Amino acid sequence: MEQHQTYQKDLESIRKLMERSVKFISLSGLSGILAGIYALIGATIAYYLVHYPASPFDYRIYSIQSGEALIQLSVVATVVLVGSLLTGIWMSARKAKGAGVKIWDATSKRLFINLSIPLMTGGIFVLILLSNGHLELVAFSCLVFYGLALINASDNLYEEVRYLGYSEIVLGLISAAMPGYGLLLWAIGFGVLHIIYGSVMYKRYDS
Amino acid sequence: MKNPFDSLDKMLEHSARLHIVSVLMANESSDFNSIKELLSLTDGSLATHIKALEREKYIMVTKSFVDRKPNTKYKATERGRSAFKKHLEAMEEVIKQQKK
Repeated sequence: MEQHQTYQKDLESIRKLMERSVKFISLSGLSGILAGIYALIGATIAYYLVHYPASPFDYRIYSIQSGEALIQLSVVATVVLVGSLLTGIWMSARKAKGAGVKIWDATSKRLFINLSIPLMTGGIFVLILLSNGHLELVAFSCLVFYGLALINASDNLYEEVRYLGYSEIVLGLISAAMPGYGLLLWAIGFGVLHIIYGSVMYKRYDS
Repeated sequence: MKNPFDSLDKMLEHSARLHIVSVLMANESSDFNSIKELLSLTDGSLATHIKALEREKYIMVTKSFVDRKPNTKYKATERGRSAFKKHLEAMEEVIKQQKK
């Protein structure tokens, strides 16, 4: 083999190595698709709990009044969140095992910290909103803090995640201006976008 | 015309050392085991290469204790970073010239 071909191979291997040492490549696009499906199911249940029989595309001018509905909604949201996280962890562990790499290493630790700080802040903020009855800002807070968390962690993830983060923030801001579309925007942000970006990532990196 | 082979860095011509510096270029700092796993090197050979790079002042070592266990971190120095960049440029130059 000629010298320049060896060097070309060397450069390629260095590029891959640098990427592998920074990025958490075990995240599967499939877990994004599944998380999106869970979110859409959750949003549909929420719609029947509080919105039905009005059309889901109508602008809501009243907010939730009963404490019971609020508790039911919180349970649905928690199930969606925990289900998505467990799916993500399980599928990443599977992908990591298939590739023969460890799932819990320096990169995933850093990813965990970078994701956690904005997410915990947002989670606590949402709990405060719920206890103070500022329900119109819940969808906004979920979307915006999630978007910020993705952007904060995007150095350790594939590039697409950064754009998903931007999209979530835009949707969040729209929902701040139009809180009556909160559930619809939440369903787009956590359901539709996860399915779209998950499919793109699945096609690019998993197959 | 200057021969690009002259610009290649003797220290980094060894692929294991080049790979160690690559990891430290991409990350602020890294520890022994992380580098070992990424590069699939043995303890002995990684230690030897790290010593060589340290002697050349391409990387620096910080030792501290976490939960009373020694925690050694490696970082690329400014000197190591510019050597790495120069070496990669030289490699690219070789590729360009030989392709013609």
